[in-house]
Amino acid sequence: MRRSSSTWPTRSLAVLAKDIKSELRTRYAVGAIVMFAAVTVVAVGFSLGGIALDTNLQAIMLWLSIYFASAAGLGQGFIKEEEAKTSLSLRIYAPSGAVYNGKLLFNLIILTGLGLLIVPLFALLIGLNVVSYSLFLTILTAGLIGLACTTTLIAAIVARAAVKGTLFTVLAFPIILPLLILAVKGTQKAMSAGARFSDGLGELQGLSSYSVVMLIAGMLLFDYVWND
Amino acid sequence: MRLVIDRVSKSFRSRNVFRDISAEVRNGQVLGIIGPNGSGKSTLIKITASLMRASQGKVEFEIDGKIINGPDIRPYIGMVSPDLFLYDELTAFENAVFFARMSGLRLSDTRGLFDEFGLSGREHDLVRSYSSGMKQRLKLLIAAQRNPALMLLDEPSNNLDDAGKALVRKLIDGRQGITVMASNDKSEVQDAAVIIDLAHPLPGGSR
Repeated sequence: MRRSSSTWPTRSLAVLAKDIKSELRTRYAVGAIVMFAAVTVVAVGFSLGGIALDTNLQAIMLWLSIYFASAAGLGQGFIKEEEAKTSLSLRIYAPSGAVYNGKLLFNLIILTGLGLLIVPLFALLIGLNVVSYSLFLTILTAGLIGLACTTTLIAAIVARAAVKGTLFTVLAFPIILPLLILAVKGTQKAMSAGARFSDGLGELQGLSSYSVVMLIAGMLLFDYVWND
Repeated sequence: MRLVIDRVSKSFRSRNVFRDISAEVRNGQVLGIIGPNGSGKSTLIKITASLMRASQGKVEFEIDGKIINGPDIRPYIGMVSPDLFLYDELTAFENAVFFARMSGLRLSDTRGLFDEFGLSGREHDLVRSYSSGMKQRLKLLIAAQRNPALMLLDEPSNNLDDAGKALVRKLIDGRQGITVMASNDKSEVQDAAVIIDLAHPLPGGSR
């Protein structure tokens, strides 16, 4: 068979396409995330019993819900490969960079879906008093990108451990904490009275820097994590 | 092209699996690995593929004057092994196309390969619905489509009927490059240029 001039973006997209197809047929990650997101928000909503949260608490609760829902599903990309024992085939046939990029893109898509589910649900059941929508959506997007960059690398590390599910949440939390703090602060600013987009520029810069650092760290470290 | 296994030993904690195994094969040759269950045949294959580290010694693959070792060897490998699994939730064709894309291959010949490997007509079935023999044929197809410089076959005739076993023979006989084949069945590797017998390793490791 002849070789094509297949480059790393096409190989990364092939990993993504394989994961999407696989996910559509098994609902492995989406099922866990949707269930966790819905249960968390509904449980918080009902336990508040109609008591209105102030905007600071709304931002905290929103990001905690996003974090725990994503922790329930984002690790699955690599964990599933280990559990189904397909990781050996991937190691033999797929370049590690394509695997990392493909899984990262897959996590980004899953997180976008999570954002689209959890924000309206949260607004409906708990309340979100957003003042600057542009700032809110930009902070949300930057936070989700940072979350995807971080969780992809941690999932690759955790996937080969014996207690995968628990370890993922525990190991991810201290690493994601700076991101959560910045995302919560940015979201609080988007909800404060008279908020403008420029109010959250500091948090946006912080979130962007965090994402870039995690992305570069992931690209540099993944080879060692995957091949060792 | 040359594969050198140089005084490779492997132990798991205090248990020695094998010690000081050495062998060298060149382009067009087959290296046979035989031995009873638990003698370390699959372990030696994994060490060759850099999927496992040797406790001592090294494996080097030389191609076009370049010496390659560690994970860099993998783009040159096609592998069939009981430890290597395919995606059950994808069809056989989707599996073949995915692994072809990962290897940077054109897909025009993939359909033809299904015919050659006796899977034609079932290529759009989920792998989950395949028998163990059909899965083994698909693993052989995926390894063969890469036309690898180094083919690693760990018990390639597992679960195969007579036609499947003939397919393995044909695959090995018609190959360029180096083939490493591990088997419980001595007759399967009788034509190998070099044999490593893990039940009775000779000084130096091979015949």
